[in-house]
Amino acid sequence: MSTADATPYLQFESIGKSFPGVRALADVSFGVHAGSVHGLLGENGAGKSTTMKILGGEYAPDEGRLIIGGQPRQFRSSAEAIAAGVAIIHQELQYVPELSVMENLLLGRLPTRMGFVQRRQALAWTREKLDALGVDLDPRAKMRNISIGQRQMVEICKAILRDARILALDEPTSSLSHRETEVLFRLVRDLRAQGKAMIYISHRLDEIFELCDAATVFRDGRKIADFDTLEGVTRETLVQRMVGRQLDDIFGYRPRELGDVRMSVRGITGHKVHEPVDFEVRSGEIVGFFGLVGAGRSETMRVVYGADKRLGGSVQIDGKALPATDVRAAIRAGLMFCPEDRKEDGIVGVRSVSENINISARRNHLRAGLFVDDAIEAKTADDFIKRLSIRTPNRRQEIRLLSGGNQQKAILARWLAEGDLRVLIVDEPTRGIDVGAKNEIYNVLYALAERGVAIVMVSSELPEVLGVSDRIVVMCNGRIAGQFARDQANEENVLACALPEGAPKANQRRN
Amino acid sequence: MSQTSPTLSSPTPNTPQHSWLRSAIDDYSLALIFIVLFAVLSGTVPYFFSWDNIVSVALSVSQIGMVACTMMFCLASRDFDLSVGSTVAFAGVTCAMVANATGSVMLGMAASLVAGAVIGFINGAIIAKLKINALITTLAMMEIVRGLAFLVSKGQAVGVSNEAFYVIGTNMLFGLPIPVWITVACFVVFGVMLNKTAYGRNTLAIGGNPEAVRLAGVAVDRTRIVIFLIQGVVAAFAGVILASRITSGQPNAGEGFELDVISACVLGGVSLAGGRDTISGVLVGVLIMGTVQNAMNLMNIDTFYQYVVRGAILLAAVLVDQLKNRRATH
Repeated sequence: MSTADATPYLQFESIGKSFPGVRALADVSFGVHAGSVHGLLGENGAGKSTTMKILGGEYAPDEGRLIIGGQPRQFRSSAEAIAAGVAIIHQELQYVPELSVMENLLLGRLPTRMGFVQRRQALAWTREKLDALGVDLDPRAKMRNISIGQRQMVEICKAILRDARILALDEPTSSLSHRETEVLFRLVRDLRAQGKAMIYISHRLDEIFELCDAATVFRDGRKIADFDTLEGVTRETLVQRMVGRQLDDIFGYRPRELGDVRMSVRGITGHKVHEPVDFEVRSGEIVGFFGLVGAGRSETMRVVYGADKRLGGSVQIDGKALPATDVRAAIRAGLMFCPEDRKEDGIVGVRSVSENINISARRNHLRAGLFVDDAIEAKTADDFIKRLSIRTPNRRQEIRLLSGGNQQKAILARWLAEGDLRVLIVDEPTRGIDVGAKNEIYNVLYALAERGVAIVMVSSELPEVLGVSDRIVVMCNGRIAGQFARDQANEENVLACALPEGAPKANQRRN
Repeated sequence: MSQTSPTLSSPTPNTPQHSWLRSAIDDYSLALIFIVLFAVLSGTVPYFFSWDNIVSVALSVSQIGMVACTMMFCLASRDFDLSVGSTVAFAGVTCAMVANATGSVMLGMAASLVAGAVIGFINGAIIAKLKINALITTLAMMEIVRGLAFLVSKGQAVGVSNEAFYVIGTNMLFGLPIPVWITVACFVVFGVMLNKTAYGRNTLAIGGNPEAVRLAGVAVDRTRIVIFLIQGVVAAFAGVILASRITSGQPNAGEGFELDVISACVLGGVSLAGGRDTISGVLVGVLIMGTVQNAMNLMNIDTFYQYVVRGAILLAAVLVDQLKNRRATH
């Protein structure tokens, strides 16, 4: 309430936007003050991205207007928005991987004399600017050789160097490690101190509480609530506003009986799995694999499944050994895998929901060993669309047009359709997925476990690992660093176990 | 932009009533273009709308049509094949030489088809197993096979004395030349394969996202090899028919053929990014190409201009496709 008297630097006034058949935004108004970080919250499809695209000049609003620094603005292109001091850092970064940090920062504006690049001058200038922002990076490093977090820093620096007054960050931490997140937060706070008006979009409520001064909640294309301050606002209030209903516990853990060992992994190694890894999963058990980014969890699981080459060790399903590096044999044995990167490794975007569901199980009911049985496939697809409440106009819709949560459910359906699912590995099953869909995915996992399926869930979200798993395995630097039973695990001991030796063990996460 | 009522619609996108019309126009836009083109040409170009001329159009595109069917699979899986023109020449030469040596046209044809299968298999195996780019692999294969065609024929056209050799290329069956029937058969068979078999569906899925399809348990490498193998066999068959039509196996036959075939596919709306193909589109693409060529010949347009016109039509087709996709992503 303290800043309510001052006029916000950036104002959205009754913004509305429709696409054929959908009203994406209706009468959205809110303001962002200079020198503050404003959180935008809402489930996927709530209207956050459309709002950002209007701010960034990608869409023109049908109704309402933008006011920046007291001036009504109408952007006809992204270039106009950039010229007006708006910078949007998208989830998918836009950079040239083969060029250096310096060249990316100065893209299109390298200082030249008679057509030749003034390299030394450019380097000195870049170094000075990076230092001023407190970013520790070699300007000569190639973009593709630095971490995702560092690339993001470069993107932010690029925006700052263009004198952006408004900076919007869309899910900036979704692929950052804890430490990189800390660096990002420090930079955001510095920029706030410099008087930038910032918009911060995240599904992680902890981050919103840690970073934001104010917040706006979206649902179904409308603004649901404004919070001028987050003092005294609870997590539950925000979640309830976002989903429009009370969610006591999004994990909704259901205890169950465990059976015999279904999968046993002994000493497996691969090109990216240097030290042998052993673990077991029992029938009906959900084992959460936690670790920092780069701890080797996904790499290990890919070798287990056969997606990457297995160099040594063994994998047994119900006592029978799997051949190495053979995805098809793994599927026949009942071991299935939902990969970390849904878009790259999971879905076939341009194909229909039905195709994506049926692509694997199809081989079980071919006619004459050759012809697809369309009737069965249609039934399977419709069945799972209903059972998992996959929100799609129909089974023929191209899957890329669905939200992340619904794509993930379709990939789960692909394996459920196999019938003989014994062990399921899910890698970051809820990354970038909204709260309501997360809950639905957890329920699918519980239902499978109750049927006796053994489940391995790799996740970087500690609350999720703690909330869903029966047992937690922690990996660090490519090795299993520790195991915790559900009732013995808490944020402190699991996180401490996940940190490499010698790293500062405090200050990693508040709350 | 459609006007919706100010009340908020449900979060699932419900389609407005007139969108089926737009999607129908999108789906059949090529066929519509062809029909309009055909009608205009029939009205304006003398001799165009006659049975004889229509048959000659069909015959002129029959080899391109056959190979376009299999090229469609290649493109659907996000690969392509530049070696088909050379395969056409090599198969024609092989068929003529083996037929002369053994006295059996059937043996000649069999030898050609086997040669085509081997060429296709090598292409596929290199691309799928050694992960070498299809452009490079098939470009190299195009040169090698063309060279082989010249080497085995010593650079000369190989004539065939056996009358049976001319049957497949020149005889009529139920009022149409045999090559036209064979092309029709190819469209039917490969159309069914694309839409109704696991092989066809997997091909489209591989084009959409090969890694995801591999992780879903599809034998991606094997499918790729089969795609190229079939392509080689069909190209060789086209080579045999062409040799029969021109009554000799010629080592310089089919130059630029691969580009004509790819052009026809692209005209038919096949996306080079893979995953989206229709057999009807390819058919229309082949027909548009043949019709335009034929009309230009009838109108006595200079060959030099014909190149320009063909290129312009291809560009226009790709632009239309691009616009369509851009709208689809919104």
